[in-house]
Amino acid sequence: MASNLRALRRRIRSTKSTKKIFSAQELIAGARIVRAQARVEASKPYAREITRVLSALAGSASLDHPLLTERQGARRAAVLVITSDRGFAGSYNVNVLRRTEELLSLLRQEGKEPVLYVVGRKGETYYSFRNRPVAETFTGFSEQPGYADAQRVGEQLIAAFTAGEDDDEGGAGADGVLGVDELHIVYTEFRSLLAQIPVAKRMAPLEVEEVEEFDYEREDRAAGRTGDSGVPTSYEFEPSPDALLDALLPKYVTTRIFAAMLESAASESASRRRAMKSASDNAEELAKNLSRQANQARQAEITQEISEIVGGADALVSAGADD
Amino acid sequence: MATLHVELVAVERMIWSGEASMVVARTTEGELGVLPGHAPLLGQLAEGGIVTVRTVEGEDMVVAAHGGFLSVTDRGVSILAETAEISGEIDVERAREALRRAESAGDDPEAVAAARRAQSRLRAAGQDA
Repeated sequence: MASNLRALRRRIRSTKSTKKIFSAQELIAGARIVRAQARVEASKPYAREITRVLSALAGSASLDHPLLTERQGARRAAVLVITSDRGFAGSYNVNVLRRTEELLSLLRQEGKEPVLYVVGRKGETYYSFRNRPVAETFTGFSEQPGYADAQRVGEQLIAAFTAGEDDDEGGAGADGVLGVDELHIVYTEFRSLLAQIPVAKRMAPLEVEEVEEFDYEREDRAAGRTGDSGVPTSYEFEPSPDALLDALLPKYVTTRIFAAMLESAASESASRRRAMKSASDNAEELAKNLSRQANQARQAEITQEISEIVGGADALVSAGADD
Repeated sequence: MATLHVELVAVERMIWSGEASMVVARTTEGELGVLPGHAPLLGQLAEGGIVTVRTVEGEDMVVAAHGGFLSVTDRGVSILAETAEISGEIDVERAREALRRAESAGDDPEAVAAARRAQSRLRAAGQDA
């Protein structure tokens, strides 16, 4: 009985200390969400501007840039998966990896061979555990991605995509490098604190996404400007539209990757906070139950001791009465 | 007096936005100045270039912009850059250090690009590079 009580107390202590870890993680994740959300917001003006410039350009350039044209008989497709570096994030990684598997089987059905590029240690271990080939992994920045990280990933992907341009049935083609014909990305979209949804998108050959709903006319009126902003403007270009497109498109792809990384980082923290909240709630519950049991055991022990003492005293009294 | 609405946007955040009377920038084709009422224009900024924005108060704001584009519309001017720094925020000592490091690193493309960035930072801060 006494050993049971000791064991219970030990469990209570360990449960309470794990609970401390969980609630600390929860607080950290909570602070990170706010920062990550702010970064998502801060990156939007650039994304909006570059999309606007690109749409302006699309009207003037010849649009036969390799990043824009659909390739006949695409054979290999790169898939960039964005996962987290650390665990403790509930179903975050499972969801994004499941979405990836769906995309991979879809690509295989279409007769394309998927090539994996993985961001985050969790994705890396998932595929290496299953002995699945991965073209490239990038780790160490999933919670706070910088633009330089997105650039590194973007360069790799665009290089693979460019190398894939001359690939044929037999293999690598003229440049001797086996490239890819399509670029896909799987990441977690941050809808709200409660909803993060894994999404898969095609990045290349790309369709320029419509400029976000933005009421320029109202803004113009508010700023006291008048202008025929409804009419498509004809631009002067320096250098030529095609050269500009060449410079701009890789940046656009990188921007999309960066935006996806930021959204994923926000989702990761939100997911982690939720998981840690329920973990610390559970630990609290467990500690409560355990201390009830411990109290019961303690009372039982006291009762037993008292009855032993009373029994002993009785025995002495009755022994004295005999004298 | 007519003014230009200028937005200076870097990838990670909006750096500056406000009214200006003139913008001077160097594109890959050459130096150009933008006054209010300029025709719509799209340009690629020269690598390691600097952009000067004359605000309505008459002050010159010098910006080191790397890997950027300039877009002039009837709504104003937007300068898009991968990274951009306003002259007042530039740490001259660090830029010099970076330049020394980049120059001693030889001539692989990355070091050359780093050297250009450091040079433009120094120029923007009004130092010799």
